[in-house]
Parts: sequence; C-alpha cells; structure tokens
Amino acid sequence: MSHATTHEHDHHDEKPKGFVKRWLLTTNHKDIGTLYLIFALIMFFVGGAMALIIRLELFQPGLQFVQPEFFNQLTTVHALAMIFGAVMPAFVGLANWMIPMMIGAPDMALPRMNNWSFWIMPFAFAILLSTFFMDGGAPAAGWTMYPPLVLQGGKNVAFMVFAIHLMGISSIMGAINIIATVLNMRAPGMDFLKMPLFVWTWLITAFLLIAVMPVLAGAVTMILTDHYFGTSFFNAAGGGDPVLYQHIFWFFGHPEVYILILPSFGVISEIIPVFARKPLFGYTAMVYATASIAFLSFIVWAHHMFTVGMPLGGELFFMYATMLIAIPTGVKIFNWVSTMWQGAMTFEAPMLWAIAFVVLFTIGGFSGIMLAIAPADFQYHDTYFVVAHFHYVLVTGAIFAIIAAVYYWLPKWTGHMYNQKLAKWHFWLSVISVNVLFFPQHFLGLAGMPRRIPDYATQFAEFNMISSIGAFVFGFSQLLFVYLIWKTVKGGEKATSKVWEGAKGLEWTVPSPAPHHTFQDNAPVNDADLAHGGAH
Amino acid sequence: MIKNGIKSAWQTFVVLGAVLFSTAQAELALNMPKGVTEFSRDVYHLHMIVLWVCIVIGVLVFGAMIYSIIKHRKSKGHKPAQFTHSTKAEVIWTTIPIIILIVMAFPATRVLIKMEDPQDMDMTIKVTGYQWKWRYDYLDEGFGFLSTLDRKSNLARQPGSGIDPETIPNYLLEVDHPLVVPVNTKIRFLLTADDVIHSWWVPALGWKRDAIPGFINQAWTEILEPGTYRGQCAELCGKDHGFMPVVVKAVSKDDYKKWVAMMKGAEVEQAKLDEKTWSKEELMAKGQEIFESQCASCHQKNGQGMPPAFPSLVESQTVKGPLKDMIHTVKFGRPGTAMSAFGNILSDSDLAAVITYVRNQFGQQNDVVQPQDVAAINQS
Ligand code: HEM
Ligand SMILES: [Cu+2]
Ligand SMILES: [Cu+2]
Repeated sequence: MSHATTHEHDHHDEKPKGFVKRWLLTTNHKDIGTLYLIFALIMFFVGGAMALIIRLELFQPGLQFVQPEFFNQLTTVHALAMIFGAVMPAFVGLANWMIPMMIGAPDMALPRMNNWSFWIMPFAFAILLSTFFMDGGAPAAGWTMYPPLVLQGGKNVAFMVFAIHLMGISSIMGAINIIATVLNMRAPGMDFLKMPLFVWTWLITAFLLIAVMPVLAGAVTMILTDHYFGTSFFNAAGGGDPVLYQHIFWFFGHPEVYILILPSFGVISEIIPVFARKPLFGYTAMVYATASIAFLSFIVWAHHMFTVGMPLGGELFFMYATMLIAIPTGVKIFNWVSTMWQGAMTFEAPMLWAIAFVVLFTIGGFSGIMLAIAPADFQYHDTYFVVAHFHYVLVTGAIFAIIAAVYYWLPKWTGHMYNQKLAKWHFWLSVISVNVLFFPQHFLGLAGMPRRIPDYATQFAEFNMISSIGAFVFGFSQLLFVYLIWKTVKGGEKATSKVWEGAKGLEWTVPSPAPHHTFQDNAPVNDADLAHGGAH
Repeated sequence: MIKNGIKSAWQTFVVLGAVLFSTAQAELALNMPKGVTEFSRDVYHLHMIVLWVCIVIGVLVFGAMIYSIIKHRKSKGHKPAQFTHSTKAEVIWTTIPIIILIVMAFPATRVLIKMEDPQDMDMTIKVTGYQWKWRYDYLDEGFGFLSTLDRKSNLARQPGSGIDPETIPNYLLEVDHPLVVPVNTKIRFLLTADDVIHSWWVPALGWKRDAIPGFINQAWTEILEPGTYRGQCAELCGKDHGFMPVVVKAVSKDDYKKWVAMMKGAEVEQAKLDEKTWSKEELMAKGQEIFESQCASCHQKNGQGMPPAFPSLVESQTVKGPLKDMIHTVKFGRPGTAMSAFGNILSDSDLAAVITYVRNQFGQQNDVVQPQDVAAINQS
C-alpha cells in the first residue's frame, strides 16, 4: 500500500518539462486554470490602470490630463477588459482548477479544447488593446457599443468586433467543456444534489453563456456589416433601427451580468459554511434560486432601456419581471446569514471577504431594486447612481468573490499557507477604500451627474474628489495581493490536505499542493467527505 | 493605551462626521431633487419609499448578521448548531418580500401610467439632438433655434485653459439660448436626433428621454414654478457628450407671450438677412463667430481638425475645390460621419458667412458667398 501511494504520487506529479510543453501545449486542467487566473490578474491591472486615469481626470472639475475623446476610449476599454478579460477568465480559471477536483474527475472532459479556449484569450486582447496605438484610437462608444455612435469609430470597429468574436468563441468552448465535465465526469456517488454549489452555479452559468454569447456575436457582426458593407441593420436612414441593437445587446447583456455573479454565489456558498463550521442553510433552495435567477435573467433585458420610449405595456412587464429577481436573490442572502447564525465562526481571510461580499453585494441589490422601478429609473438611468450600482455588484460582488476564492484555495494550489496578517491588511484597506470609492457615487447620481463624462459641474466636486481618493487607495492596495500570492507560491508554512478546520469536500481529501493529476482511479465518493453528502 | 487609541479614533470619527454633515447641509446635494412638476414629485416619493424599504430590510439583515458575528464565534466558545433548513423561516422570507414588492408595484404603476398618457396638451416643442447641441422647435409658433454650451464654460473646459471652473457661473450647465417655456402649461415634447442617440434630461422635471435618429419619442411636462432648471445630455454621444447641457427657463404665461413675440420679430429680421447682399467684412466677422461656436469643436479653431475622425480644413480638397461642392458638403453633411447637415440648423446667411470664412481663412481662396448662392444648391 505504502509503496503504491508513493509510486502513484510520483506518477501523479509528473509535469512536462520546458515552457512550451508545460504551458503552451498543456492539456492539464490545473495548469490551464493557473494560466486563466494569471491572465485575469494581468487584465485586472490593465483595466485598473485605465480606471485610475479616469479617476485622476475626475479628481477635480476642468480637463487636466486627457482629451474627452481619449476619456471615452478609456471608459470603453476599461469595461471590456474588466468584464471579458478579468472577471470571466478568473471564474473560468477557478472552474478549471476546482470543478474536476470537486466532483472527483481526473481532468476536464475536453482537455485539448480547454487549451485552445485559453490561448485564444491573449490574442483577443492583443487585438483589442492594439487599437490604442492606431490612428483614431480605441473604441469609444462605451462597452455597450450602441449604434449609430459606434459606427463613427474608425478602423477600431473591425478590431473590436473580431476581438469580441474571439472572446465569445473562447467562452462558448469553456462553457461546453464545463457542461460536458459536470454531466459526464462525476465520480460514482457524486449525485447532482450532492454537488458543491460552486459546481452547480457554474453548470447553470455555462448554459447562460452558450445561450447569449452567440447573440452578442450576432449583434456585433451586424455592426461590422453596417460599418463596412453598407447594410443598414441599425441605420435609420437606410430603414434600419438603432433601438433593435439595444434589444439584442441587452438580451445578451442582462444574462451576462448573471454570468458574472452566479459563480460568485457558488464561491460564497462554499466558504461561509466552512468558517461557520455549520452546513450550508437551504442547499436545495440555493440550487433552485440559482436556476430561477438564470431563467428570469432572460426576460428582464429591457430594464436597461426604460428611457428609449417603449410602450407602456412593455415598461410595466419589464418593471415587474425585474422586481421578481429580488426574490430568489433575497433567498440567497437570507440563507447565507442563516448559515452563519448559530455557527462557530472564525474570521480567516476567505471568510472576511465572503462576509464583505454578502453585505456589499446586498447594497448593490438594493440599488438594483430601486433601478427596477421604471418611473424612478427615468431619473437614475445613465447617471452615477447606475455606476455605483454595478460597481457594488461587480467589484464588491464578483471581484470580492474571486479574491475570497483565491484566499480559500491558494494553500491547496501552492501547498503553502499564506501570511494571514498581510491578507487582513489587504482586506481592510480594500473594503474601506472601495466604499470611499463607490458609495459617494450614489449621491453624485442622485444629484444629477450623468455617467461617461470627462468633466462636470462644480457642485459635484467634493464627492468626485472623495471617490478618486478611494480609487487610488483601492487600486494600490491590490499590489499587496500580488505580493502575497507571489510569496505564497515561493514558500511558506506547509499546508495540510484539509487546510481549514471546517473544510469539507473532495478537494480537501487530496494533498496540498494538489498533485498534477488527481482522481485518476475514480474511487467511489464517500458521503462523509462531502459538504452536502447527507439528505436535505 | 488601546483605550486611548480607541477614544481618539472615535473623536476623529465624530469630528469628521460633523464636518461632513455640516457641509452636506450647506451645499452638497445628496439626494434626488423633488423637482417642480407633479411627476418629479411622484418620482421623488417613489424613490424615498423604495429607499426606506431597502434601509429597513438592510438594518434587519445586517443586524442579524452582526449579532451572529459577535455572538456565534468560535473564540467565544460557541458550539455550532447543525440545522440545514427551516421550512417556516423560508416560507416567511419568500412571502414577505413578495408582499413588499406588490405593495411597491402599485404606486409605481400609477405614476408610470400618468407619465405615458399625454392628454390635453397645450403646446408642443420638438427637441432634436445633434453632436453636440440641442435644437428646439416651437411647433405651434413656427420658429426654432439652437442651444449650445455657453462661451465662458466652453473656454474654461478646453484642456489646459488655465481657467478655474469655480470662477465660471454654472460651469457646464449654461447655454447660449435656453429653452423658454410657460409655467402651468401642459407641454408635449417630441424628441429625435440627427446623428447619434442623445438623451434629454432635466432632473427638476423628473425624467429623461432618449432622442434617437429615425424615431420620434414623446414625453410631457407641466412646470409648476417659474425658475431656471438645468440638466445635461444623458446618453453617450461622442467626444463632447459632457458638454451639451440643457437649460429650461420657466416663465409666467405673460412673459412667455412677450418672448414669443420677440422671437417672431427676430424671424422677420432673419429673413431679411437671407435676402440682402453682404460685404466680405460682414461675412468674415459673422463667419468666424459661427465657426467657433458650431465647427471648432471638431475642426478646431485653427482649422487643423483632429485627423482621422475630424479632418483638417487647411489640407482639405473640398475647401480648396469648387464652391458648389463645399456648399453641398456643409449644407447636407457627409452621411455616416460626424459631419452633420448644417442646412438643417443654420440659416442661409449663416451658412454663407461660415463658408466664406473657412475658404478665405483656411483654404487661401478669395471667395465671397452670398445667402442666395447657398439657397441655390439642392441636395442631389
Ligand atoms: C437584485 C438584483 C438586480 C436588479 C434588480 C438590477 C437592476 C438593474 C437595472 C434596472 C439596471 C439598469 C439601470 C439603468 O441603466 O438605468 C441595472 C444596471 C446594471 N446592472 Fe443590475 N440589477 C441587479 C443585479 C445585478 C448584478 C448581480 C449585476 C452583475 C454582477 C448587475 C450589473 C449591472 C450592470 C453592469 C448594469 C449597467 C449596465 C450599463 O448600463 O452599462 N446587476 N441593474
Ligand atoms: Cu440588467
Ligand atoms: Cu450625449
């Protein structure tokens, strides 16, 4: 037995030698996961640098640093980089690393496609970012790319469209892989209703991706042909309809925002029970709530379009449907709080980020409900109130969940414990500064400051200055995160297999660092190892 | 030691809070304005209701959480319970939110219906968005005009202008010609755009509505108090999206009648201008004024433009070429680019002046263009 394990261990840890073989040609889910995560981190800093230039310009009224045209390029590419370059690849990276380990599979179902779907991404972003160096500059019509404005872009239109096509292909392949893996590769005994919630939420997200990425691809292709081939899909002068674009875009766009948040729900549902030392409250309710949010996300898109002049019936429908989303979202929040209730909590870094997520994401949900009220949205729409809303759900929602996940699984990935003290510094600096950054934007929006403007009236000066200060503290605090990850990869106290006292699930049954290949023999799953092994 | 630290931290916090609060009282706008129409007040109340509902739910949920964080921690020796669900609790916290949402949906629906049902309107104003100005047409009176960012703000907002925005009254919220409307009058707005999508927004009226090329949107208002109300374009429309404010001046019905009479007089004057023959000096002076307000935002004051999006006029073959082609370009625009059809927004004498100015100033031509020359050029 002991001989067998050491032998097996050696074999499992056999990593291909050389950069090309190890990284470029890799089909290993863990290495591909690492690549995705590193790529996401780089894009987080690229998008973050753009955000800091934006906040620098907005530090005080007047134009000090950038031309308005360049400002618009920054807001557009900032959003595209954060959504398609940082948040989505980070979750795909987490899925790659963790889903096979969580369901007891040896690897992803389609390893070669997995390699391809990652290696498309650097090229997609090279294409997109190269537009900054062309004459005419980068796309500047906002990440929503509304025609006719987007059609006034020069050469960058083609580059933007092809970059989005590539990102879409990559996402769809990633999603197919996840669905195939979850449906076919679960170890015997890993029933659907025993799967960890991270796996559940990703399974549902993958279906959303397959449903809506082609819709986005279609919309941007029509922009391409309108721009270069004289079609008039969205050109009123040629009989087209600029509002049609918005319907198509948001039919993609609203499910997209749930693509960004559902995996976060999964991460948080993994972390809270571990550090409360108590099973997740309402596991099945969580699964159904996720599924109903996913379904509802398809029928609320026009809440982004209340001001385009829809008929009354349409406005009422989209208002009611949007308000409905609050119910399953509320269920999730209540369940997390009930999981903490009567637990025995400790507050290591992952738990701190998870708790901050619950509070701050809920604040984003509150402003979401306010925005759902159509007549009030006539005031809120396209102001800083909306900017505050989606940064609460995306930064303190999705990004915080990603950071929580990294702190949760980093010892499993590297085999080292990290410096908790440094991690807490990172947490407190971030959580305070992010609120200094985004909370005042609610006030700015209510007081009448439109979004996407490079300069503003003087009554908005105070809150903009506060917000910019928050932005710089938040931005630079993230360097701590990089430093901490670097240190932990290099060394540190040895991590046990279980890492956290309350940890449950298959990933905690393998050694830390997880061997290069895990679960090759497909041993039956033991219910006692699972977080949701028992009856519900 | 620690106690002192906490105490001084607390004191700083209180002082900071007091400072923030008093500045908030003095000048900082924190909340949505109540506005000056019935609709804006309804919206304000809806906003406050939803806000308070959210605050109450927030206090309950976060309160429970904080209590749990304080009491149910391992370091306090708390033993974890093992329950995994409670049907009673789950039914309660799905039903109560549903009831709250239904209760909120009623007033929201009522306000929305009122907004979307314009009846018995007294007058109609057509609003057209252009990159980057507004045009207002008083359809019942038969006149209209352009409304652009005022000169002072426009100078101050140039990068590196060295002018402190604080010294400019209503920085970025002032226009050359505000929209003048009577109070206590139901006004229908028809909104459209000529180039890209814009959005017409005055917070004090309580709504914004998109101005979309090829569409005519409708909205209405009835302003209850005289005053000047300011807003901005709310849909990204290109480079100068941040610089196309909306200013509405609501005046008494009598003052409005006087203003209309004055505007009609100006119309007659304008017609005379289009008929007369101008001297070159007059054309150049007027042309420069128009160039700087209408054209320089893209082509720049020195005519150098910002290629490739906004071509240089100094280099331009059109400016040096046949007069007919140049008039056609300015009058009817270049479809698919930011160059709009200025014939829709400028009078023939204005066009004649600005074309004369550009050809002489940037194209080294020695031309004089008269309003009649402009009138003679047709679209095809
Ligand atoms: C309770 C749940 C939510 C509700 C009721 C809600 C509602 C809304 C509404 C009505 C708008 C349109 C506002 C406007 O433009 O006038 C909006 C914008 C937005 N929401 Fe949410 N939302 C919710 C959760 C989320 C989540 C979970 C995310 C992403 C993780 C998200 C991301 C966004 C983004 C990115 C925008 C702005 C899009 C843009 O205009 O660029 N929201 N939300
Ligand atoms: Cu949405
Ligand atoms: Cu605009």
